[in-house]
Amino acid sequence: MFALEIENLHKTYASGLEALKGIDLHVEQGDFFALLGPNGAGKSTCIGIISGLVNKTRGSVSIFGHSIDREFIVAKSLLGSVPQEFNFNTFEPVEEIVINQAGFYGVPARIARQETEHYLKQLGLWQHRRSQARRLSGGMKRRLMIARALIHKPRLLILDEPTAGVDIELRRTMWDFLDQINGQGTTIILTTHYLEEAERMCRNVAIIDDGEIIQNTSMKLLLKQLNSETFVLYLRDDLAQVPRLQRLDNIVQLDHHSIEVEVPDSCSINDLIHELDAQGIVVERLRNKVNRLEELFVKLTSKPDNSSAA
Amino acid sequence: MIRQFWIAYLTITRKEIMRFTRIWVQTIIPPVVMVALYFVIFGNLIGQRIGEMDGMTYVDFIMPGLVMMSIITNSYTNVVSSFYGAKYSRHIEEMQIAPVPDLVILLGFVSGGMVRGISVGIAVTLVSLLFTDFSIYNPFVVLLVALLTSCLFALAGLINAIFANSFDDITIIPTFVLTPLTYLGGIFYSIKLLPEFWQQVSLGNPILYMVNSFRYGFRGISDIDLSTAIAVILFFIVVLFATCLTLLARGTGIRQ
Ligand SMILES: Nc1ncnc2c1ncn2[C@@H]1O[C@H](COP(=O)(O)OP(=O)(O)OP(=O)(O)O)[C@@H](O)[C@H]1O
Ligand SMILES: [Mg+2]
Repeated sequence: MFALEIENLHKTYASGLEALKGIDLHVEQGDFFALLGPNGAGKSTCIGIISGLVNKTRGSVSIFGHSIDREFIVAKSLLGSVPQEFNFNTFEPVEEIVINQAGFYGVPARIARQETEHYLKQLGLWQHRRSQARRLSGGMKRRLMIARALIHKPRLLILDEPTAGVDIELRRTMWDFLDQINGQGTTIILTTHYLEEAERMCRNVAIIDDGEIIQNTSMKLLLKQLNSETFVLYLRDDLAQVPRLQRLDNIVQLDHHSIEVEVPDSCSINDLIHELDAQGIVVERLRNKVNRLEELFVKLTSKPDNSSAA
Repeated sequence: MIRQFWIAYLTITRKEIMRFTRIWVQTIIPPVVMVALYFVIFGNLIGQRIGEMDGMTYVDFIMPGLVMMSIITNSYTNVVSSFYGAKYSRHIEEMQIAPVPDLVILLGFVSGGMVRGISVGIAVTLVSLLFTDFSIYNPFVVLLVALLTSCLFALAGLINAIFANSFDDITIIPTFVLTPLTYLGGIFYSIKLLPEFWQQVSLGNPILYMVNSFRYGFRGISDIDLSTAIAVILFFIVVLFATCLTLLARGTGIRQ
């Protein structure tokens, strides 16, 4: 039995926009799964349908074998979800938000209080429990939503960009926290725009683009496809024309002082610098073109770079 | 399962009550102040010149209607603003994502609205003691009509909120439908004072039935037969209840 089983899922919004064009997805129990894709690909729509916030047009979804249509009470009890956008009552105190959520799941008040204390402490929100949610920082709000999603001990946890707008330190603690939850047996699905995040945490991955799954594989195999990396080179002198290099043909001039070079795995940075040096071109500095995930999307979808995945 | 839903129901109801008590300066005080002014102006100042209405002092005549008006507007307003607010800031999703049947959501919001309506009704009744002696003819009828009416308008408020797409939409119906019907619903006059034609027209106003049955509970006098009035109220409750459930099941206004 799969933790999540999606078959032939379609969604057309009232505007006529076809956000999902027949998606099939199977997530194993205990997996740590990444759902990746550029902006507007349909990730949140898919998660919305699983969580019962969006009506599907067609197709089926089951959570641990329970259909979200026919057995929605059981299916929903097994699912916890952290949405992309804040969706709590900002005027309510932190503690009440979490306790009330437990109440919606039928958790008795005494246990709800204990669990709330447990998760708020674990996520570093305990000292803010009486603050109105609107007084929390962005990172705290995210953690509040994680606490809220875990309060009924779901067996499947879905997080829609849980680390968006979260600083690197906090992101690391979140990663550790999620690793721990996953280690205890909770299946986790997350979306992210940071490949490093998916790379560090997830074992399997699906890539969705324009409402279709274009890749569904293990993280390892996916990364193998990313067999080149793009660097931006800052040059000392004005460049008259784009240099011609033997082993590198993908060079773009950005301005007089900088070029962008795609370096395949087969070629080392040393080779690159040597060649440029031989032509009298001095490289002052170099940096990774940010976001390898974006490169991956571009490669996989072989479209011009029209999404700003960050 | 039943216990699970019961806890969910209590949670929603409690949350609703907490919401309006947290902002009591906006929710409880204004209606009480408004009704106190009605008592001063119509009850005392003008009322003494009007003399008797249906065999009682004018202030005694309008008192049940004013309490009823508070119940109607407050149960309606509570649900419409709370549910629309939940939709607008999306925390309605907290309930949607959880295994809470639509019926439980419906009952929770309606209960919250009823508690607000009845609370303000009681507050207004207490204020009325400053202007007239308390007397009650049939407490059972008073209670029954108060509960049914608050239920009816809580349901109506929910429908308004489900369809509302802006904050304007949640004031249009109260301003252009609810208030006129309330004022023309026999709070301030007996419809016997109206020409025959307008008496008949007034009978098409559901609020007339509530105000009169409520006045009957307090004073033992009514323009309308009590059982007819109760039947009319029950009829509207059933229709609105079914409408609400259908809308929630479809996800109108809350699920794309
Ligand atoms: N309520 C809606 N009504 C109409 N169209 C919508 C609605 N919500 C989303 N869409 C459209 O559906 C498509 C998929 O959106 P979705 O939010 O699922 O993308 P996403 O993969 O989550 O993107 P992001 O990474 O930006 O969060 C987009 O084209 C979006 O404009
Ligand atoms: Mg999204």
